[in-house]
Amino acid sequence: MLLAIILAMGAATILQKAFIPKFGLDLAGGTTVTLSPETLDKKAPPEESLNRAVNIIRDRVNGTGISDAQVAKSGSNILIQIPGAGQEQAEKLVTTAELRFRQVLAIGPAQDTPAPLPSAAPSGSPAASPAGSPPAASSEPSASASPAGRALSKALTAPSPSGTAQPEPSASASPGASTEPSPLATSRATTPPADDPLAGQDLSGIDPAVLQQFRDLKCSATNFGQGNQDDPDKQYAACDTSGQIKYILDKAAVRGTELADASAGTDPTTGEWIVQVDFKSAGATQFADITRRITTLPQPRNQLATVLDGAVIVAPTINEAIPGGRARISGGFTQVTASDLADQLKYGALPLKFNTSSVVSVSSTLGADQLRGGLISGAIGLVIVMLYLLLYYRGLGLVGIASLGVATVVTYLSVAVLSENAGFRLSLPHIIGLVVSIGITADSFIVFFERMRDEMKEGRRSMRAAVEVAWRRARRTILVADAVMFIAAVVLYFLAVGDVAGFAFAMGLTTVIDVVVVFLFTKPLMSLVARTKFFSKGHKLSGLDAERMARSESQTMQEA
Amino acid sequence: MPGVISRLYRGDINIDFVGKRKIWYGLSAFLLVFSIVGLIVNNGLNLGVEFRGGSVFDFARTPTSSVESVRATMSDAGVHQIIVQEAGTANWRVTTESLSTAQVSEVQQAVATEYGIAKNQVSSQVIGATWGGEVSEKAVIGLIVFMVAIMLYLTIAFEWQMALAAIVALVHDLVITAGVYAWSGFEVTPATMLGFLTILGYSLYDAVVVFDMIKEVTGKLGTSAKMTYTQAANNALSHTLIRSLNTSLVAILPVAAILFIGTTLLGAGTLKDLSLALFVGMLVGTYSSICVATPILVSLKEREPQWQALARRVAQREASEAKQSTSKTTAKAKTEPVGAAKAKPKK
Repeated sequence: MLLAIILAMGAATILQKAFIPKFGLDLAGGTTVTLSPETLDKKAPPEESLNRAVNIIRDRVNGTGISDAQVAKSGSNILIQIPGAGQEQAEKLVTTAELRFRQVLAIGPAQDTPAPLPSAAPSGSPAASPAGSPPAASSEPSASASPAGRALSKALTAPSPSGTAQPEPSASASPGASTEPSPLATSRATTPPADDPLAGQDLSGIDPAVLQQFRDLKCSATNFGQGNQDDPDKQYAACDTSGQIKYILDKAAVRGTELADASAGTDPTTGEWIVQVDFKSAGATQFADITRRITTLPQPRNQLATVLDGAVIVAPTINEAIPGGRARISGGFTQVTASDLADQLKYGALPLKFNTSSVVSVSSTLGADQLRGGLISGAIGLVIVMLYLLLYYRGLGLVGIASLGVATVVTYLSVAVLSENAGFRLSLPHIIGLVVSIGITADSFIVFFERMRDEMKEGRRSMRAAVEVAWRRARRTILVADAVMFIAAVVLYFLAVGDVAGFAFAMGLTTVIDVVVVFLFTKPLMSLVARTKFFSKGHKLSGLDAERMARSESQTMQEA
Repeated sequence: MPGVISRLYRGDINIDFVGKRKIWYGLSAFLLVFSIVGLIVNNGLNLGVEFRGGSVFDFARTPTSSVESVRATMSDAGVHQIIVQEAGTANWRVTTESLSTAQVSEVQQAVATEYGIAKNQVSSQVIGATWGGEVSEKAVIGLIVFMVAIMLYLTIAFEWQMALAAIVALVHDLVITAGVYAWSGFEVTPATMLGFLTILGYSLYDAVVVFDMIKEVTGKLGTSAKMTYTQAANNALSHTLIRSLNTSLVAILPVAAILFIGTTLLGAGTLKDLSLALFVGMLVGTYSSICVATPILVSLKEREPQWQALARRVAQREASEAKQSTSKTTAKAKTEPVGAAKAKPKK
């Protein structure tokens, strides 16, 4: 059975060519950043926000172009692991994620490299030359576009025409005709893109540096304007989250902190899915001001972009001034997309500050040193223990050594298989845990052997009977003692952070392996060798010879 | 000596650990007080940079570098609190105040330029001041949960007296190990905590094996038994003594290997910190499982009427036997004063 396990694991290892387990960054070299997110009032963020934060950080990490970086939640912290050197990037990752509302100043399709403008005149008059046919027909925001992801087809309206909205809990708008959002939205959402994405647009009031940013922006996974974001008092160029459209955005008009709530619902008249947004008092005023100001402007300047962590999540056209702090976004939502946007707004509104708790960067040489140190001490430890067993228990020691050998092989295979299939990365605390556990594994044999010698010392039993009786007693001791170790490992694994958790994992793993090996290997092997003359006759080197069992010398001889 | 060793080897010894428990209680009490005094006098433990917050740089030692030159390089890079250490045979380890990412990069650049090593071969660690607090807070919570879990488990698997005795021995080990750290001024790092936690595991593991034996031996004691609980427990302890010593030795050997490699090859670092804690802790742990855990258990059990009655009967029988003949059996069992069974632990 054990053989089957070993064979299965060995086969898996060979098949997957995973002979060498993958190493953690402390052994392979690399940077580990631990971020502790907190809300602006210094509280731990709720679970949902934390998950969003992980996604935000993951986007940021991908944005820095680091390959292989891993972002994971670890308790209430976020762990970023970057192989190789990469700590400079860490700085960028820790900016506060905040939701902002910004007016759209200019717009363009993202994918195509725009032909360079002849002159980057900052205040060019509307260049009324639509040159050629639009090269990117696919990204042309068509008026009838139904899919949600198209920011342009969305409209922002007040839920009631008067604007003196009574606090209505649901998104039930009063049946004023002017609030019919979709026709308005669709009629305006046509911007013919041109060769130059900015052609035909009013570029007045745009910072030339930002214009250049906009032209350079590719909206690819590694270049979506992440370096541009974040100062609320500056204009900047951004991509939308789908990477299809890029924008030049004005200074932040309303901060996300002013957002009170966002929820998804259906329009009672049309049955269409909408997202309802509520602002706090100061935000309501700001929002009223900005919507009043831009609603009369030509496309695209009548769009108000909602930006989360630099990327535009939605940029609806403002159909009218929206006083009263209550707005709704409509236009081609499904239930899923509406709820998703509402969530993004709601949780994005809660700004998270990322404290850098620790940045550990290990050079590849130091990592190699640590690995070598760990392995050498493991090897030395193993050899010393084996020698000791051999010296003390002689022949029995061989059984112990064989068991230790099997345990070592099983452990190695477990690590290799886990590393290949479960993303396990062997790190220094793991190695230490494994080395330390040699003692625990060896102790199981010692408990068993001592019991056996006790049984034989009392002289009542032959070797074969002694093995069975001793096993029954030792089994309980081994299980109870291993259970204690295992409880320790589990508690530590789930409650501790960082190194301690890794150490606990290794300890738990070896405890389980210990039980498996003792039950499926040591005991059967012992029963087997008990039948040989070498042991049952108490050979001098067996570790069970009469001299060693001095007290019951004669009896042993008789029995044998 | 060879006689003792070979008797030890055969498990043929009968040392009265439990009967002499007043000695052990006294010794342990002294060690505990000494440790606590150490913690107070030395203002707690010498916490590592991981707990205080700060930055650490590791890089290869080049022929041109010396403690002074490294310090100067660091100082030029705008760092203030500089501690330069040799780490193992081949590395420098520099500890500074907590630096920003930009500063870290600056320092790495400075070191790289000065000693002609690649910038990415300068390892760095920056630990925020609050992080260490969080780590230790989590560890303390883990410790408490662990103790409660173990108490419950041992109460179910054995009995509450054993659970209590095991936990007392555990706290005993922790305090004394902390005392050793306080007096010696060894740095306490997260790796040290790993060591502490392992000690807990070992300490309990050892106690559990001994208790298991005691349970078995005392389970056979009927009302007509010739032994008191104390004597039976002592028997069990002597029985498992070999195993205890063997286990401890076998456990300490790999740790000693890590300690050796950690100090010689790597110098300051995880390996060394950890194995030092383990080394100290295991010595204490072995002592406590033999001389603290079992005696406390016995003290607790001898208060039970059942065992008190047995102790009286055994005492009477021995007294009458003593009148008849002076000594056939070993003196050990007889010198065991019955009163000691009722003596309260001094702790």
